[in-house]
Amino acid sequence: MSRAVPPVLAVVLVAMWLVLNDTMAPAQVVAAVVLAAALAWWGSKLRPLRPRLHRPWLAPALLATVFVDIVRSNIAVGRIILGLVRDRDIRSGLLEIPLDLTDPHGLAVLATIITSTPGTVWVGLSPDRRRLTLHVLDLRDEAAWIRTIKERYERPLIGIFEP
Amino acid sequence: MTGIESPWIAVPVALLLVAGGLLTLVGALGLVRLRNFQARMHGASMGSTLGLGCLVVACVIVGSAMAHRLALHALLVTVFVVITSPATATLLMRASLYRGRARSASADPEVIER
Amino acid sequence: MSMGNLVGYAAWFAGVCLGVAMLLAGWRMIRGPAAEDRVLGLDALYVNGLAILLVFGIRVASGAWFEVALLIALFGFTGSVALAKFLLRGEVIEP
Repeated sequence: MSRAVPPVLAVVLVAMWLVLNDTMAPAQVVAAVVLAAALAWWGSKLRPLRPRLHRPWLAPALLATVFVDIVRSNIAVGRIILGLVRDRDIRSGLLEIPLDLTDPHGLAVLATIITSTPGTVWVGLSPDRRRLTLHVLDLRDEAAWIRTIKERYERPLIGIFEP
Repeated sequence: MTGIESPWIAVPVALLLVAGGLLTLVGALGLVRLRNFQARMHGASMGSTLGLGCLVVACVIVGSAMAHRLALHALLVTVFVVITSPATATLLMRASLYRGRARSASADPEVIER
Repeated sequence: MSMGNLVGYAAWFAGVCLGVAMLLAGWRMIRGPAAEDRVLGLDALYVNGLAILLVFGIRVASGAWFEVALLIALFGFTGSVALAKFLLRGEVIEP
């Protein structure tokens, strides 16, 4: 065995197995540990690129931020759909954002965050991974959107995934 | 319905169920009302984020109250939907932009709601 | 009105909302106009369908619905991604 079992992946798989079976029986715990170790080891051979969590303690705050933003953007999108925003036109369109985050796992998490908040959908990266394209439902203030994405999501992700 | 007679459980569960249902309904209304495809995608994502989230939390509370222990397994539904929906959304958005360009539509900002 | 009834009524209300949402998504799926709209309608349809199963699970106080909802989530995702990929590239699995 050339490399050890990836610890975070193995722990996530154990937790998922136990939650899926809704049990804490000792036999199931043993099965979960054995399966998770084997699957994590095989998985890491299939995909050699490993995420490195440099500052994992920043993650809970990011999660809280994302939760608050999901609630807020659901309300904002709901108001637009119900036609409650009457004082102005709603323009939707593409928005380009310069990126500083380069870690592929960080980018994957950023894509999940952006798509999970209604009102923004990830369209893609430029070939050099320096510019991100988004589709925004309410493109009122482009600078504010860029500031939100960069300060609320990108900065903590750089902290978590990059040295 | 045993185990959920306590108002401390029943009232939050009822509120979560009503909120989840309404959010999903408004999202689906957006799917019908909004004027272009890219805008409609945002409506659909309401149902699969907070709408489904509220219903799943209600499920977890009811399940835990009835089993008298923490029963988290409904949370897995949200976890799977959250980690899978970005792939669908991104591919669909790209497909629509690519096909829109092929149909010579403009990708400029446009007014979708007066 | 007992508290159990309160949850029952709320679950009934959520079920009706989700049912209407499924009808609206189905309308978008049948109506189109673009192929992307149909895929999006199908996607919303299965997410609302699994949500309705979860609410049913609360109403009948059973956990058996949960496995079905989980399977709908996984297979629905596979189907939507395959359809979206086909629209994007004209091929689902590229050589």
